[in-house]
Amino acid sequence: MLSSAAMTQNVARPVSQTSEYLLEIVNVHKGFPGVVALDDVQLRLRPGTVLALMGENGAGKSTLMKIIAGIYQPDAGELRLRGERVEFQTPLQALQAGVAMIHQELNLMPHMTIAENIWLGREPLNPLHLVDHGEMRRRTQGLLDRLNIRLDPNDLVGELSIAARQMVEIAKAVSYDSDVLIMDEPTSAITETEVAHLFAIIADLKSQGKGIIYITHKMDEVFNIADEVAVFRDGAYIGLQRADSMDGESLISMMVGRELNQLFPQRKAPIGERVLSVRNLTLDGVFRDVSFDLRSGEILGIAGLMGSGRTNVAETLFGVSPSSSGEIIIDGETIHMTSPCQAINKGLALLTEDRKDTGIFACLSVQENMEVAILPRHTGGGFVHEKALHELCEEMRRTLRVKTPSLEQCIGNLSGGNQQKALLARWLMTNPRILILDEPTRGIDVGAKAEIYHLIAKLAEQGMAVIMISSELPEVLGMSDRIMVMHEGEVMGFLDREEATQEAIMHLASGIKALH
Amino acid sequence: MNAISDNKPIETPARSRRKMPTELSILLVLIGIGLIFEAFGWMLRDQSFLMNSQRLVLMILQVSIIGLLAIGVTQVIITSGIDLSSGSVLALSAMVAASLAQSSDFGRAVFPSLTDMPVWVPVMAGLGVGLLAGVINGSIIAITGIPPFIATLGMMVSARGLARYYTEGQPVSMLSESYTAIGSGAMPVVIFLVVALIFHIALRYTKYGKYTYAIGGNMQAARISGINVKRHLVIVYSIAGLLAGLAGVVASARAATGQAGMGMSYELDAIAAAVIGGTSLVGGVGRITGTVIGALILGVMASGFTFIGVDAYLQDIIKGMIIVVAVVLDQYRNKKKVKR
Repeated sequence: MLSSAAMTQNVARPVSQTSEYLLEIVNVHKGFPGVVALDDVQLRLRPGTVLALMGENGAGKSTLMKIIAGIYQPDAGELRLRGERVEFQTPLQALQAGVAMIHQELNLMPHMTIAENIWLGREPLNPLHLVDHGEMRRRTQGLLDRLNIRLDPNDLVGELSIAARQMVEIAKAVSYDSDVLIMDEPTSAITETEVAHLFAIIADLKSQGKGIIYITHKMDEVFNIADEVAVFRDGAYIGLQRADSMDGESLISMMVGRELNQLFPQRKAPIGERVLSVRNLTLDGVFRDVSFDLRSGEILGIAGLMGSGRTNVAETLFGVSPSSSGEIIIDGETIHMTSPCQAINKGLALLTEDRKDTGIFACLSVQENMEVAILPRHTGGGFVHEKALHELCEEMRRTLRVKTPSLEQCIGNLSGGNQQKALLARWLMTNPRILILDEPTRGIDVGAKAEIYHLIAKLAEQGMAVIMISSELPEVLGMSDRIMVMHEGEVMGFLDREEATQEAIMHLASGIKALH
Repeated sequence: MNAISDNKPIETPARSRRKMPTELSILLVLIGIGLIFEAFGWMLRDQSFLMNSQRLVLMILQVSIIGLLAIGVTQVIITSGIDLSSGSVLALSAMVAASLAQSSDFGRAVFPSLTDMPVWVPVMAGLGVGLLAGVINGSIIAITGIPPFIATLGMMVSARGLARYYTEGQPVSMLSESYTAIGSGAMPVVIFLVVALIFHIALRYTKYGKYTYAIGGNMQAARISGINVKRHLVIVYSIAGLLAGLAGVVASARAATGQAGMGMSYELDAIAAAVIGGTSLVGGVGRITGTVIGALILGVMASGFTFIGVDAYLQDIIKGMIIVVAVVLDQYRNKKKVKR
């Protein structure tokens, strides 16, 4: 990482072209039904620089990047590439104009090789107009060599680790030889070694005069590689500053618009007796020997990179994927958890990581979404007690302040934050004793986030035992009494509230056990 | 994408499917089609299409059989599945039921020792065969996880084959009067409407119904929410099979014969009725009332085209196009409604 930082210092800035800026975004406005995602946004990118884009989830960063990459079209405003006005109707047009994007979620085909993935849709052809696999392989090898990525072009992507896939994704984006490269949280799934590798690649691209827009949540990365920092909040552009003129504090207050400590409620933790013990819990090939205790009133944070097995532990506890070995002990009773139904009856609740995939029923109403887990408790002779349930849901809606025109509204029409609150309502109505939250604030805005934090804190104070899995370190640090850190399916260690810092967590999450 | 602010209240008018039920628009389509044929009737044949009780009764009778299948298929489609076997299961249960309903006046009965049985025997046998086929469909889908399309395709072929094998292709006739009474007069219509009412209520007001919609809306989320998805799927496919069995009993009673070729391609008409009635093949959306109207639309079209003298082959061509247009419109409507 040091070498890459040194390299950035010696970059010869290319002579400015027709415009001083490579990319300019002027007064862009984008709305979705019911919400304004971007309001009158500006941004500009100089060639040969890295522009870091920061802001809470839901601040509008991803929407803006999707506009630049041609995935969305702005309602108003314009894009200028090298001083010329451009309009991208499709991602392909953006690519052809020299704008490539590395998406937050990986977009690779698991059953195809690395080479096939990289050249998808623009495969080199032989004179017979058939795909020239040899040439494709050579080109891929050349590209991987140039980027110092040690992978075989013939490997199937599905057999690679998440981190390796991320590197393939990066190689693919570089292969377009674009002038503007957008990276949406490229380091969320990779370890420190690969981060250093990525930064070296970025430095190299910079020296070639490319402009890079780098979205991240990690402060240290910003100060490491960014030349400039632009901050977004609630769909509005807050400001752009030189990275060396800022420090962590000023950046946070710019992002959040208030002091960070307000976000996380102060909590007197009357931690009670042990509710849950997990002993050597193992799911073959996914995680092994996970052991911890959970007390009532306690919030246990689970940190780790994507693919570290944290979500799998939650799913195994909840009976989604029953364990291969090990024990789950609730109130002294050893339980072999085999189905979510059983878990619910034992007083567990799981708010899943992916709201869309495993959370909401998009085509059903808010009430139907809320009541689904407690239907067995509110039926007589098969018939649902509609009125009682409606009152219950209405009460929950008020308590959690779910903003919806009515309980009959399709949940798909609600904002992410309100969907999340409705899902939380679903689980709270089951009166759980152990609440497992997997990324409870992913993709929701700061306001809803703060409300959810306060709610979690209140529930813990009332004696609920909470497990909170999160990728956002400030969230884990701000909420947890204790933090369990995982790496590649193993528990690397526990950190108490006092000893937990971002660095300590990242160390363990990268697989480095010896901390001191 | 998720840039949604709670600070700005969402004041979009509540255009939920409850406020403007899709059934209403389908009902208007039904009335419209009826009026078109009415106009054609006066123009081409100089007589009324609608004001002819004989024709209407015949039409509704024909709709009843497919309607029974469609009620089962609708529930399967709501779970985001499909049932291709209903027509074949109808034939199989018609054969089995008819073979136990023969009167002793007939010399060449399938089971000479089992003639003049009380009426409940063939009825229960027919329903049982349907139920069994449904249980097999559902179990294969739930246990092996293969696509419902394939599982029910297998059942469609096998059940038809079994229906033929049962009497080596011979029709089963000379059924007892108590049995044919099930299919005489308005009985099929009454059975159809009662069954429709039962499942309309079941889908809207019972746990069974709520779970069915939940599974179709998001199977993963349903499982996480504590629903025994596999068991529920077996139940839904079993109900579809049971209704196909019932349709087989009614059809054979009405025709006073059991034939292995009965209900040929009825499964497609049943699926069409459900889809025209607003059931989404993606799952999670659909209502029995819509399906009933969808079945009536198919019936009115068949009857109307015959009435104005459209060639039978041409009828199929037009029917095919209408099904596709219905789904395209449905998708368009959904796209407008479910944003993001």
